[in-house]
Amino acid sequence: MLELKGIYKTFNAGTVNEKRAIDGLDLTLENGDFVTVIGGNGAGKSTTLNLIAGVYPVDAGLIRLNGFNLTHLPEHKRARFLGRVFQDPMMGTAATMGIEENLALAYRRGRSRGLGSGITNEERKIYRERLATLGLGLEDRMTSKVGLLSGGQRQALTLLMATLQKPDLLLLDEHTAALDPKTADKVLQLTEEIVARDNLTTLMVTHNMKNAIQYGNRLIMMDAGRVVVDIRGEEKKHLTVRDLLEKFNIENDRMLLSE
Amino acid sequence: MEFFSDLLAALPGAVAQGLIWGLMAIGVYITFKVLDLADLTVDGTMATGGAVCIVMMMNGANVWVALLCAFIAGMLAGLVTGILHTFMGIPAILAGILTQLALFSINLRIMDRKANMAINPDQYDLLVSLRNVRRMTLENPIFVAAVFTILAIAVLYWFFGTSLGCSIRATGANPNMSRAQGINVSFNKVLGLMISNGIVALSSALYCQYQGFADINAGRGAIVIGLAAVIIGEVVFSRIFQNFALKLLSVSLGAVIYYIVIQIVLTAGLDTNDLKLITAAVVAVFLAIPYWKSKYFHGHAKKRAAGEVTARKEDDGNA
Repeated sequence: MLELKGIYKTFNAGTVNEKRAIDGLDLTLENGDFVTVIGGNGAGKSTTLNLIAGVYPVDAGLIRLNGFNLTHLPEHKRARFLGRVFQDPMMGTAATMGIEENLALAYRRGRSRGLGSGITNEERKIYRERLATLGLGLEDRMTSKVGLLSGGQRQALTLLMATLQKPDLLLLDEHTAALDPKTADKVLQLTEEIVARDNLTTLMVTHNMKNAIQYGNRLIMMDAGRVVVDIRGEEKKHLTVRDLLEKFNIENDRMLLSE
Repeated sequence: MEFFSDLLAALPGAVAQGLIWGLMAIGVYITFKVLDLADLTVDGTMATGGAVCIVMMMNGANVWVALLCAFIAGMLAGLVTGILHTFMGIPAILAGILTQLALFSINLRIMDRKANMAINPDQYDLLVSLRNVRRMTLENPIFVAAVFTILAIAVLYWFFGTSLGCSIRATGANPNMSRAQGINVSFNKVLGLMISNGIVALSSALYCQYQGFADINAGRGAIVIGLAAVIIGEVVFSRIFQNFALKLLSVSLGAVIYYIVIQIVLTAGLDTNDLKLITAAVVAVFLAIPYWKSKYFHGHAKKRAAGEVTARKEDDGNA
């Protein structure tokens, strides 16, 4: 269970560029929840994910995951609990390293990294099987440098890396926004399959309202650094884009455009 | 004809010097290429290692103990730069410059306030010496330096294949991804800087024995020579040498090529005082070659793709 309590975050405090990004955010996720997050630019969606991941510290508040207090842990120590996929396909993988090397790095998430072998033959078998589930033919290119893959392939690989060691919480930060619609659908399908297979607790930020409605069992909308709408269960199942627009009178061009 | 006979006579010296500096360049490769950091500490460490080694030997220490201490001294210098960079948040280049500056005073103290300290090869049991460079024995510095190079490459090849070594490579390749995968990026940077400077100091210790003296200015411009070796090695061998061990070997060979080029220029009659100018020019040209290649030379697709990846990495670095 993820608990966010009274989270505050202000950027550039005390300057003309001061921006209160998160303003008293409270949010609780039950284990197995697949929550989609929507909201306009600057609503605080990505900031929320980054605060959970520890990219920067909170000004105030509490972050707890399955009873562990994460609030003051550095980013690399929180990583043992978290799987993350970023918007930028370049960000989640090491371009100059091979596919299997990237997977080996992810396989060691949350474990100590000593002088044992960086990748073993048994691991290679596991990676081959897992890569085959992506259906992209990457299992036959295990030693290829990741820099040679397309954006969609890299996102699929990052997703696999994020879930190779089952994370307590999967954070998806607009992970299909940089992909073409067809590839985005493919990556979203993969996401749903993996989340369902491992019953992962997931927070998925998206700008696409259709996707936000289609996927997950709960939808939240953020505005000005807090949750303004929270829909789950039966209501979520029957939700339409029109409902969402009418009900909450959204005035955000980008969200309307991406409908 | 005289030019060629002179050059031939000077060649063994150039090769020996190149191999010893090649070791130093392997240290530079670890920071510059693996960690993606420009570490200027080496200009100081390249004097520190020799100073420690020579002073210890003159005080009766065994040559291997002296080498080990030089290596440790280099690691400590790397540790200082690492702490300045990670814990104190100083940009890597500036952190290196600060340590390098501080090392000048420390090196003077190590050498008992002398700018230069000679060691007599007749009285001390040196591993490498200039005077053996044309002897066909196991004492030939070319042989000894080659053994050191192969050992260093073997150890580094093993190390960068371990879980820890892989995480250091990942740290250089993509720090964001590394943190997301639970890698302690700061620790890895410090460790990489320590290993790099340890190797540089080891090279310095060998070089001072080779020359027969330690000098406070021994490291001046060392980073440029190290970079020259890295870049020359890459430009000349990158297409055939893909494996990590071979890449390290190409760095060492790059240093040998560099010293042969310098020897040719000197034999052709250029003044030794112009050496730094020539060095800068050689490095500038070799640095420009990959850029020109990617910009003006449109080869087949794979090469272009590889060029774009490096170009993008550079852009990120500039941002």
